[in-house]
Amino acid sequence: MYRPIFLRYLLIGGNKVTAFFKTLIKNKVMLFMVLPGALWFFFFSYMPLVGTIVAFKQYRFTREGFWASIVKSEWVGWDNFKFLFSTNDAYLITRNTLFYNLAFIIIGLVLSVAMAILLSELVGKKLAKVYQTGMFLPYFLSWVIVGYFAFSFLSMDRGMLNQVLGWFGVDAIQWYSEPKYWPYILIFVSLWKSIGYNSVVYLASIMGIDKSLYEAAMIDGASKWQQIKGITIPMLSPIIIIMTLLAVGRIFYADFGLFYQVPRDSGTLYAVTNVIDTYVYRGLKTTGEIGMSTAAGLYQSVVGFALVMISNFVVRKIDKDSALF
Amino acid sequence: MAEVIKKQRDFHQVSRGWNFILHLIAGIFSFMCVFPFLFVVIISLTDEKTLATDGYRLIPAKWSLEAYRFVFETGDTLLRSYGVTILVTVVGTILSLIMISLYSYAISRKSFPYRRFFSIFAIVTMLFNGGMIPTYMVVSQLLGLKDTLWALILPLAMNAFYIMILRTFYSTSVPEPIIESARIDGAGDFYIFLRIVLPLSLPGLATIGLFSTLGYWNDWFNALLYIDKPSLVPLQSMLMRIESSIAFIQQNSQNSSLSLTALQSIPQDTSRMAMVVLATLPIIFAYPFFQRYFVQGLTVGAVKE
Repeated sequence: MYRPIFLRYLLIGGNKVTAFFKTLIKNKVMLFMVLPGALWFFFFSYMPLVGTIVAFKQYRFTREGFWASIVKSEWVGWDNFKFLFSTNDAYLITRNTLFYNLAFIIIGLVLSVAMAILLSELVGKKLAKVYQTGMFLPYFLSWVIVGYFAFSFLSMDRGMLNQVLGWFGVDAIQWYSEPKYWPYILIFVSLWKSIGYNSVVYLASIMGIDKSLYEAAMIDGASKWQQIKGITIPMLSPIIIIMTLLAVGRIFYADFGLFYQVPRDSGTLYAVTNVIDTYVYRGLKTTGEIGMSTAAGLYQSVVGFALVMISNFVVRKIDKDSALF
Repeated sequence: MAEVIKKQRDFHQVSRGWNFILHLIAGIFSFMCVFPFLFVVIISLTDEKTLATDGYRLIPAKWSLEAYRFVFETGDTLLRSYGVTILVTVVGTILSLIMISLYSYAISRKSFPYRRFFSIFAIVTMLFNGGMIPTYMVVSQLLGLKDTLWALILPLAMNAFYIMILRTFYSTSVPEPIIESARIDGAGDFYIFLRIVLPLSLPGLATIGLFSTLGYWNDWFNALLYIDKPSLVPLQSMLMRIESSIAFIQQNSQNSSLSLTALQSIPQDTSRMAMVVLATLPIIFAYPFFQRYFVQGLTVGAVKE
């Protein structure tokens, strides 16, 4: 009761600024709670947004620091973008990023849902738990470790794959310098790492489906296949939509570790392994084309943002509850 | 009751033949997921000379513990990297738990007038970001964190996605009336958070904490960008750096009296693989106990406010 009268008094007095500060003080504990996180967002998310201005500059690093480097760099307008899109690189990294992500999303979705349904139908739950634990392992490993795993199979002179090929009289293949195999290798490794985790997530929602639905279906004489088509998949669709939406929103962002660690940064493979993220990284650390790489990064952010908004809008139209926001 | 349910489930089951096929598929895939690790363990236990002639074999002609002996004897680098990773993981997880839980609590409270502003402030970072290079400039130039442990800790400390998960968790698992009655009894916001909200949301915090721990343990990207000092290189990054050359170990080993002949007989491939095994073992032992929390993470987040 105290607050509204208090506020009205201040507003009548026309002193909105004082009211603002009174509210601040009144909520000081809560504000102190958000302060560390808000500062983090300010420095690690919002300050980099200011830094994207470098995309429109000929960046020159100066020792005087962040602001001096940005201010003293020469303004070049859209030149960085023009140059980026005049090279073949822009097309290549966009194509690779989109192609791989689409493959991961579509094949990954089909295989993880199939594996989840398969796991839910298994008789012998103890063994099913063991399988799940095994499938879950790759999710917990870093790309560095996975890179070593891949090397133990793909090494030219020692790898297992070349040994197996040798048994069939096939000559050893230099895997790390033959681009044509890499789309398959990268898709395989990515699925290997993610299917276990995703299928266990889908399995958790299958377990949450009301069992009486299946009983009713069985009384009506529905076969196992009909039950899966008519009950399991429709009941899973909200989480499928959410997971796919999240993935589509990030379709312009590649998994840096996969494309950097697994091909061992091999230059001859760039045509099929270079994605936007690795391109930007090499611009920063190897080639030093800061302005152009920042332009590539900004291009990624803008298109990525548009994609999240569009896919979220589409999902909102279909099913309001499944939308992200 | 339990028996009745059991009988009904029996009736559900797929046929014997199908069950066998499904078991086979799941079993093979599960084995495929574990196999590369077992293979690397075998390679690390192979005699180096055998490796040079036979390549990586499932059943090597000659076994050897030499690689592990070598890693432990010259293992200054490994130990220090372990130390860096453990320190970063512990400090980072605690720090991010504190920051994330406070932030998401504040924006979950309906009485907080700025909750909408701070929710949007966090959500925007999920939708749009400055990218790798501007972030690099901020961290290295503006904040001056290059070649410090903070460069490994701070960039991973917050994450809008975890904030949304935890906010949802708070609003579903901590009933508003409890908070209201505490307030009527005269408890302050911070006291309510510490004594009522935190204990009730321990499962949610555990999930976020485990995601965070895994993120720090497996991080090599921040070290790739920000760390040049050998003494600050974390485990995963160290594995990356020895990838091409074992020289790194020799440079950094305590044993500087290694002669040239000794260098030539050093197990190379095997000791690299031994290091991979040693870096992965903690995860292999720990994850089966924690895996359910990782499933919870996504399902909790999927329930919206």
